[in-house]
Amino acid sequence: MSLRTPLGRARGLGSSKTGTGHWWMQRLTAVALVPLSLWFIVSLVGMTRADYATVIAWIQDPLIAMLLLLFIVSLFYHTLLGMQIVIEDYIDIAWQKIVCLVTLQLLTWFAATVAIFSVLKVALLD
Amino acid sequence: MPERKQRPLSPHLQVYKPQLTSVLSIAHRGTGIVLSLGALLLALYFLALASGPQTFAMVRGWLNGGIGQFGLLLWLAALYYHLCNGIRHLFWDAGIGFEMRQVYASGITVVALTVLLTLLTWLLAGFSAGNVA
Repeated sequence: MSLRTPLGRARGLGSSKTGTGHWWMQRLTAVALVPLSLWFIVSLVGMTRADYATVIAWIQDPLIAMLLLLFIVSLFYHTLLGMQIVIEDYIDIAWQKIVCLVTLQLLTWFAATVAIFSVLKVALLD
Repeated sequence: MPERKQRPLSPHLQVYKPQLTSVLSIAHRGTGIVLSLGALLLALYFLALASGPQTFAMVRGWLNGGIGQFGLLLWLAALYYHLCNGIRHLFWDAGIGFEMRQVYASGITVVALTVLLTLLTWLLAGFSAGNVA
């Protein structure tokens, strides 16, 4: 006799594991990245020869800092979801797949933290 | 333990002739992988910015070098392709554009836009830097 309900036991056992969450977040971050990445490229093009102080001053504009943070979060979330699919599709051996997925997760969260912290440091402390 | 049965396998990718549809689909993944590496480098770029003017000048020196410029061009083309083809995918998600003729038309549009936007951005960046007078 188990206290777990039949629904609780069945959840997560299907081949898709978690339903539509992954698919939906991939689309949501994609939609967010359309304007954000175009804005980022246009900004970079405008600052091709800007000196250090100009770039710092640009990031210290609160609106710019917030847009950069949104760009970074959307970008790394989208990257994580996409690379996860690539690994799941092409790496067949279970333990190798798990090692790759864990490495991907840790590396992505680490890189995103580096980027976010760097922008916040420039925006708030410099 | 029973021996594994040798069941017939369905034909895999290599038996098919490459077509615009399949090549563009694979290119979406390929550019996605390139952009993932680009995202890691972007994090390092922000880190360099936060580290001070010397580090920033060093990174900018790399970016202005041969490998840096080639990497930037590759990143830019991959980004524009993934962006344009991603929008194509979003239309498909909405159930729009599945007729064979439309699929080819949107595919060619994506390739043309990628080339156009990459060249335009590269030229503008050149003007902005004063390299192209």
